[in-house]
Amino acid sequence: MEDWIRALGRAALQQLASLGRMGMFFGHMLAGIAYPPGKFRPVLKQIHFIGSKSLFVVSFVAAFTGMVLGLQGYHTLSKFGSEGWLGAGVAMSLIRELGPVTAALMVTGRAGSAICAELGIMRIDEQIDALECMAINPYSYLIVPKLLAALIAMPLLTAIFDLVGIAGGYIAGVELLGVNPGSYWQGIESSIDWQDVYMGIVKSFCFAVLIIWISTYKGYYAGVDKGSFGPEEVSKATTDAVVLSSVAILVSDYVATSLLI
Amino acid sequence: MGNRRLELSVGLFLLVGLACLAYLSVKLGQIRLWGGSDYPVQATFSTVNGLKIQADVTMAGVQIGRVESIQLKSGAAIVTMRINKDVNLEEDAIASIKTSGIIGDKYIAISPGASETYIQRGGKIVDTQPPLDLEELIGKFVFGKV
Repeated sequence: MEDWIRALGRAALQQLASLGRMGMFFGHMLAGIAYPPGKFRPVLKQIHFIGSKSLFVVSFVAAFTGMVLGLQGYHTLSKFGSEGWLGAGVAMSLIRELGPVTAALMVTGRAGSAICAELGIMRIDEQIDALECMAINPYSYLIVPKLLAALIAMPLLTAIFDLVGIAGGYIAGVELLGVNPGSYWQGIESSIDWQDVYMGIVKSFCFAVLIIWISTYKGYYAGVDKGSFGPEEVSKATTDAVVLSSVAILVSDYVATSLLI
Repeated sequence: MGNRRLELSVGLFLLVGLACLAYLSVKLGQIRLWGGSDYPVQATFSTVNGLKIQADVTMAGVQIGRVESIQLKSGAAIVTMRINKDVNLEEDAIASIKTSGIIGDKYIAISPGASETYIQRGGKIVDTQPPLDLEELIGKFVFGKV
């Protein structure tokens, strides 16, 4: 009986400790911005990795998301004879919700997992300990460039996602199903205002911070809890990072929407 | 060589992304960055019943501006519109709130007046007509108070 209660207590304490460590990690990450080396080239490399290399997959997914929105929207709206609102519907759902969320999920899968695996391998190879030995702040050397790059790349990827999606909706709605192109664009221009675009941009900043925070945290502390630094710890950390990031994106999306709407 | 390609692809990505962002906020978001090509005009309505911010302002069916804000002042609704700079409104122009279709959106239709003097920046349209209240009309018809 006592063993059982102790096990419960130990699990709770461990959870609490890792939650606190995650908070501390966030603080270190932000403080790392002010520390040297503060070079721009690593940020450039990370923008290339997080942004440019995600461009293709993000536009591809965006085109099909927009097309399926056009298709679904058309069949729902045509019941009420208001196909003219298709553009507004597609653009509104893309700019406010699907753009930031889906782009963030794609970046999580493509870049977040890789970032976590990279840091995890550095941890089990004791490369992070080596950095600390050389008195190089591992936060500002490893994590800050990724954070800055994600903060630059995510809003841009989201904007690209939105526009490619709207074009995809145009292809499905106007070219394939015969909605009037004038009313498609008119609907978009009259229904979208700055508030919607602003909401999407704010969300994409939040998601960028979340993805980098969770992915780097999971990689940085890969295997530390267990004290065993085998390759399976890296794979476990990567899985955790992707799952936790995706959940965090969707949960924080609800919170952000309820705050901004 | 590796560096050049890296820089090129990052530069391209930033350009495309910024262009998309700019298009979204300036063209679709209608954000005003510089002075703008329109001027504000106010009109007081006894009721605006369903008129929304960003609704169209039209003259002869052509869009000439948008509703910027709707405020309440001593029991009446003050609507501020932004009218395109190249459209001049006569002092005796009439602003009325209309509905596109039966269940469509409300918009403001301005019919031109005959006066020689034009409304200045921040001026007021004096003649206004509130929207037609369909429910009240049906009520009158049904209960025979016409």
